[in-house]
Amino acid sequence: MTDILTVHEVRINEEIDIVHVRQAARDLAVSVGFSLVEQTKLVTAASELARNTLVHGNGGRARIELGRALDGTPTLRLAFTDTGPGIADIDQALTDGYSSAGGLGLGLSGARRLADDFDLDTEPGKGTTVTVGFRARRPARG
Amino acid sequence: MSRTSVIELQDVLLVTIQGELTDRDAMALQEELTSSVASSSARGVLIDVSGLDIVDSFLARTLHDIAAASALLAADTVVVGMRPEVAITLVELGLTLPGLGTALTVADGMDKLNGSARPR
Repeated sequence: MTDILTVHEVRINEEIDIVHVRQAARDLAVSVGFSLVEQTKLVTAASELARNTLVHGNGGRARIELGRALDGTPTLRLAFTDTGPGIADIDQALTDGYSSAGGLGLGLSGARRLADDFDLDTEPGKGTTVTVGFRARRPARG
Repeated sequence: MSRTSVIELQDVLLVTIQGELTDRDAMALQEELTSSVASSSARGVLIDVSGLDIVDSFLARTLHDIAAASALLAADTVVVGMRPEVAITLVELGLTLPGLGTALTVADGMDKLNGSARPR
C-alpha cells in the first residue's frame, strides 16, 4: 500500500510535452530525495514512455503520483495513458529491439528494466496505459 | 531550451550539448553536424555531453547515427563527458552503444582523435 501525497498531470500532445514530462518527473523526484542515479533512471523511463504515448498512442497524458510506502519510503508512480490503437501483441512489444515505428525498440522494454514496478494495460482499438513505479532507496542513516 | 554549439578547432568539430533536447533538436543537430563535417573537411567530431542530465534511446540513436554518417565522410566521432548516472541508465536501458568512441574529457577526446591517446 502506498499513500498518495500529490498528483501531477501533464498532457502529451506534441514533442515539447516529452520535455515537460521529464521536467515534472525530475522536479517531483528531487523534492523527495531520490538519488541522482534514481532520478536519472526514472526521468529516462519517463522520456521513453512519453514518446511512446505521443508516437504510438497519438498523444495522451502522464499522471505522476508522489507517494509514500508504509515504511515511509518516497515513491513515484508514472502512468501514461493514450486512446490510440492499443498493442495487439504484448510479448512482441516488450521484446528488445522490436519497433513498430522505426525506433530502437527499447522504449517499453527499457523502461520496464529501469522501473521497480511495471504494468501494461492495453486493448486493441481502445488504448494503452503503461505504469511504472519507483522507490527511493535512501542510504541507511547511522 | 537547449543550447548546442559547434566550434571548429583545427580539423575537429567540437560540439557541446546542454539542456533539454527535443527529438527535433536532436535530428536538427544530426543534419547540421553532418553538413558541417562535409563542408569543413573535419577529420574528427568531438561531442561533449557533460551538460546532459539524461540520454534516452532517441538521443542515443542520434549520437550513434552522427558517428555512422561522419565515418562515411571520413571523420571519427568521440563522445566525451558522459555523466556516470547517465552511463548506468543507458546500460540498464540496453544501450551500450558499441562502436561509439568515448573519452572522459575533452582533452582525452582530442588526444584520441589525434591518435595519441595518453596511457592511463
